[in-house]
Amino acid sequence: MTVPVPYRVVECEAATPDTATIVLEPVEAALQPFTPGQFAMVYAFGVGDIPLSVSAIDGHRLTHTVRAVGAISGALHALRPGGIVGVRGPFGTGWELSAASGLDLLVVAGGIGLAPLRPLVREVLATPGRYGRLSVLIGAREPRELLYTEEVRSWQGSLTTVDRPDERWQGEVGVVTTLLDRAAFDPSSAAAFICGPEPMIRATAGELVHRGLEPDRIRVSLERNMHCATGHCGHCQLGPLLLCRDGPVVTWRLAQPLLMVREL
Amino acid sequence: MTVVRHGFLGALPPAHRDRLAGFARDVSFPAGTRVFEEDGVADRFWIIRSGVVALDVHVPGRRAAVVETLGEGDLLGWSWLFEPYRWHLGAQTRAAVVASEFDAGRVRAACEEDPAFGLAVTNCVAQVIARRLKSTRTRLLDLYGPPR
Repeated sequence: MTVPVPYRVVECEAATPDTATIVLEPVEAALQPFTPGQFAMVYAFGVGDIPLSVSAIDGHRLTHTVRAVGAISGALHALRPGGIVGVRGPFGTGWELSAASGLDLLVVAGGIGLAPLRPLVREVLATPGRYGRLSVLIGAREPRELLYTEEVRSWQGSLTTVDRPDERWQGEVGVVTTLLDRAAFDPSSAAAFICGPEPMIRATAGELVHRGLEPDRIRVSLERNMHCATGHCGHCQLGPLLLCRDGPVVTWRLAQPLLMVREL
Repeated sequence: MTVVRHGFLGALPPAHRDRLAGFARDVSFPAGTRVFEEDGVADRFWIIRSGVVALDVHVPGRRAAVVETLGEGDLLGWSWLFEPYRWHLGAQTRAAVVASEFDAGRVRAACEEDPAFGLAVTNCVAQVIARRLKSTRTRLLDLYGPPR
């Protein structure tokens, strides 16, 4: 759907000091179902729209986790139940989890990158026996910036590390790649799903390839400046890709050479 | 005496790994133990078999700042290999730790006596230092913060 459809905010919960999770319900007609990894363009009336991945999918309900970093995200972050937004979507490629059937799964998230990975983890947990071992590795700057902490605690095989511990933090300290040593996976029969800041994606995917994981089995979610979400405006171009249409999820085999080109 | 075969030791060729393992003795530390202090004499080192150790830096007037944590298979301490053989950081166990402990003087002497063994050990320690340097630089980028 390329024309915004009205959705009503039915829940709004602060996730971290500058991040909120909002749950939307269609006012009238609902959009087509989203798959994990896809995104919507969410429009704050009178301000503008931004791409937001779905952080949970529940029937026609859409959940997004938004960090207030600019005018539009700030307006969405400030929404309260009853507020109305315009939503377009679903857009982009998903994680293509079905291709990883029978494989060990590595989910690696940096910061708010956990949001688009959460529906994937939920889907894996909802289909026991379909996949191999699941490891969820999470990195964040500070403990107070960790998302979905209660839910993450219930995920077997999840490990969390922070860059800057506070006085109460008793967990691991360091970059997320250090957690790979503790993850249970066989590189010859594993698939990885990575979302976070680009340098973290590069470091993680590079380390996984070094350990023997095929670049085709590593999927990464890339962020660029998406405006139209229909492959028309070109703002999100990365080499031959228009990420709103060809991404945001692509294989590492495709992404790696593009991310090494300066200023691309 | 038991030594974990992956992590730091997993990077050593088998013959050198077995030789190094011959220097090890089993030790354990309860949670909250100060294993070593910044600027202390680096006369031993450890390979962690289980548990977690936090590396920290003294900050005047405040609590020591934790800069990294190490776990199973990790090398705890590399300052023993290079002069002046003083610890660069402090180390405290987060949880009870079981480790293989090595006498630094004996290992250094073996490295000098057998250059092939010495090169293999030095290579492995250098890889650990390189990884930690890379991690530190990555963290300096403050990747997870909001864009500015």
